[in-house]
Amino acid sequence: MSAVFFFLAAIGALAGAIGVVMLRNPFYSVLSLVFHLISLAALFLLLRAEFVAAAQVVVYAGAVMVLYVFVVAYVGGGEELPSGGGLRILGPLFALVLAIELCIAMLGSALKGISGKGAPYVPGFGSPRQIGTLFLTKYLFPFEVASLLLLVAAIGAVVLARRRRGLEPDEEFETALHKPVSRRVGSMAESVGARRDS
Amino acid sequence: MATTTFAWIVLLCPLVGTIVIGASFKVLKGRTAGVIGTVAIGLAFAFAIATLISLLRHGPQQRELTSSVWDYARTLNIDARMSILVDPLSVFMMLVVTGVSMLIHLYSVAYMASDRGYTRFFAYLNFFVFSMLLLVLAANFILLITGWAFVGAASYMLISFWYRRTTATRAGLKAFVINVVGDVGLVLGTFFIFGHTGTVDFIKTFHAVPHVFAQDSPDLVAGALLLLVGAFAKSAQVPLHTWLPDAMEGPTPVSALIHAATMVTAGVYIIARMHVIFELAPAAADVGAIVGGATLLIAASIGLVVTDLKRVIAYSTMSQIGYMVMAVSVGAYSAGLYHLMTHAFFKALLFMAAGSVISAMGGVQSLDRMGGFRKAMPFTFVMFLVGGLALSGLPPFSGWLSKDDIIGFLDHRGGGFLILGIVGYIGALMTAIYTFRMIFRTFFGEPVPEARELQDGHLHHVEKPVNPANGDVEDFDVGFPGPEHHIAERAMPMKLAMSGLAVLAIIGGAGQIPGIDHALSSFLDTTFADSTIIRHEPSTSAAWIGLVIGAAVALAGIGIAYRVWIVAPGTSAKLIERFGPVHRFLINKWYFDEAIDFVIVRPTLWFGRFCNTAIERVFVAGVITGGTVSIVRACGALVRRAQTGFLRYYAAAVLAGITLTVLYFLITSS
Amino acid sequence: MAIGWYLVVSALIFVIGAAGVLTRRNPLVILLCLELMLNAANLALVAFARLHGNADGQIFALIIMVVAACEVTVGLGLIVAMYRRKLPIDVDELNELNG
Repeated sequence: MSAVFFFLAAIGALAGAIGVVMLRNPFYSVLSLVFHLISLAALFLLLRAEFVAAAQVVVYAGAVMVLYVFVVAYVGGGEELPSGGGLRILGPLFALVLAIELCIAMLGSALKGISGKGAPYVPGFGSPRQIGTLFLTKYLFPFEVASLLLLVAAIGAVVLARRRRGLEPDEEFETALHKPVSRRVGSMAESVGARRDS
Repeated sequence: MATTTFAWIVLLCPLVGTIVIGASFKVLKGRTAGVIGTVAIGLAFAFAIATLISLLRHGPQQRELTSSVWDYARTLNIDARMSILVDPLSVFMMLVVTGVSMLIHLYSVAYMASDRGYTRFFAYLNFFVFSMLLLVLAANFILLITGWAFVGAASYMLISFWYRRTTATRAGLKAFVINVVGDVGLVLGTFFIFGHTGTVDFIKTFHAVPHVFAQDSPDLVAGALLLLVGAFAKSAQVPLHTWLPDAMEGPTPVSALIHAATMVTAGVYIIARMHVIFELAPAAADVGAIVGGATLLIAASIGLVVTDLKRVIAYSTMSQIGYMVMAVSVGAYSAGLYHLMTHAFFKALLFMAAGSVISAMGGVQSLDRMGGFRKAMPFTFVMFLVGGLALSGLPPFSGWLSKDDIIGFLDHRGGGFLILGIVGYIGALMTAIYTFRMIFRTFFGEPVPEARELQDGHLHHVEKPVNPANGDVEDFDVGFPGPEHHIAERAMPMKLAMSGLAVLAIIGGAGQIPGIDHALSSFLDTTFADSTIIRHEPSTSAAWIGLVIGAAVALAGIGIAYRVWIVAPGTSAKLIERFGPVHRFLINKWYFDEAIDFVIVRPTLWFGRFCNTAIERVFVAGVITGGTVSIVRACGALVRRAQTGFLRYYAAAVLAGITLTVLYFLITSS
Repeated sequence: MAIGWYLVVSALIFVIGAAGVLTRRNPLVILLCLELMLNAANLALVAFARLHGNADGQIFALIIMVVAACEVTVGLGLIVAMYRRKLPIDVDELNELNG
């Protein structure tokens, strides 16, 4: 039974991936990715990673992809010209070579190292409780650093994309500074003409 | 205190003097620097006397003392240490150097008084005395070479003292370059000797040389000849003599100290010190004697015709040092050193008197423009006369005793050396002639305008100073001579110094009268105890015969000079006309300058230019530097092609890299 | 299912993402393909976590998700900035950082 679910999810993931790459309209690519992410969440569930699956759907497909949708809507990005240059053929070729290599690696040699049975695992594996415990004990430091990283990214995004208008040098002040002063004002010496600087 | 401690203090006094004067250069006013310098050397002289007294307290056989302060290097069997050797020879030299230097410092206090570079002068002068003392006190070759080099540097600094005068700087450079040639000879000679003896210490070397070398062995002769090259360069012997006349561009006290009394005698000292080596290599010693004799004649012949007062005295120095070199090369060590001492006295006196005359002339040095100063400058005249009589070798002056001591020894040794003895007599005749040529032309005859001014009580003053050699306009600022000139009649320090030297010139020979006493030779005997030739002392009667002949020669010379320049004043002009080519040859200094220029200077310059254009520009700059640069640039251009700016190509490169890495791991792990 | 299947799927997703990065010209789509590659890594990690019974792989996968989110944020900010300055949204046109 799980095999059926696996194949369904796998085919969905692959279809979504291919859709991302091949669809011309970027908006369709985004939607295709969302589909891919949800299939991947299903795969995670099959691998007993409940929290990760939930995070995937909520954070990734929910927040990040929504951000993407907003940006695509803003930027637009209409029909794209076909990619030029030698990479049109060479790109997929590289990828194919890599695929073959990885498959050989996994199916050929590496699989001897792994048994198909799966480890005896304790119940509670992959549960939020276990993930939480790990985050707050063993992986506390990466947890904190990741939060810092998020802060940095957020500030960075704001700085990058802001409108420049509020922080221009004050032009009125500048013009007032260099406005020519009339020669008849100031001290007696100035009006007489004895002092040259205004 | 130990003897060597006194010697260390002697060495340190002028060094401290230099440092004090040099460091407080900005704050010393007026003549303070001169006083400090003179006091420093005076102290050195006092301690030199103390060293002598202390040394005499030792028995005759224990008079070879060394003292070492620290080790420079103790590797590869080189035992280089900072050590001094106190023995009769070095104490003798020490006394001569400090004594004469003291009097010259005293003279300079007044003579250089209006010069803007007064303080610098005394700093240099003290440094020179320190270097000379280091040279004579050195106990190993390394310190000798160090002192040698310092003396050369001090000489350069002092010759080009008036550094804005191009003739002076050129002269300084010439002196320095020729000195360097000598330095090279000295160092290479040391190498040759050291290569076999394995030690640089003097005493050890002198003990080892007879055992390590055979008589006249090639390496020894080569080493000795190279040492002679060094000696010749420093002592201005042919053919490395061309710097000495030009060195007269320096102030007169410098000429007196360095180029009469001390530095030029360093060559004589070194031959005397290394007598063991030279006695074992008679071939080299003979070369030394012949060169000494040749220089004697050549210099005396040029002295007969040159018209610059100081240059006559310079050629006279060259000639007299020829006597000394000849003496120490053939084994007449105490005779040569005796002449060194007396020569220091009367030659320094002559230079001082000449300085006084030149001051009266307002800086002009040409004999053609001088005359009749006898009434205007009586004191200077008497001093000049005393010096001249001593130089000519008239009894009872010291020069008579010392010069004939040398010639007597040569005659006694006989054989080929007799020829050198005759050369010595001819040289003595010429010496008397040119010396009195100077005196008669300067002090006798019609008084020139400057002399008449001085007789009226007014010292000739120059408004617009010019370089007497080439007529360039100068000024009175630092780098040129000062505005005022000082003559002996008006400056007490100059009078004191000259009187002291005059007294010494007269009575300085008293210590070594044949048959009566031999204080000097018995004092120096212990140093030369290991000599094989020194036994050849002439007998007293032979010595007295030689002295009588010497006196006769001197009188003959004075007589000839009197006839040519006083009795029949047009004689010299007629002689010049009659012997025109000879006169030209002599007045061009035997064309040595031109020869050296042709043989050495031009090829060197050509070679330098060739190296610059062919090797430096083409090979080093073009091929090596340019080649490297272009290779780097080409590689850079190649690598730059990978930076296309296209994001996707970069990504493709990354992916290709990953693929290869995975492939690598795949292969290695299977 | 045997773990090998999951790994093969992960490899295929990764390779498809790589091909997309190399082929597409719109930076938005390139970022999307980048996400694909990250997800492939996630899948592999979770698979191995399941294999060894060790939840460290899942922690890793979560952190990767955080990093991916940050990267997307900054990347999209860049694209918005480019759009505001009227630059062409095409990686082949933006090639001034060359040697």
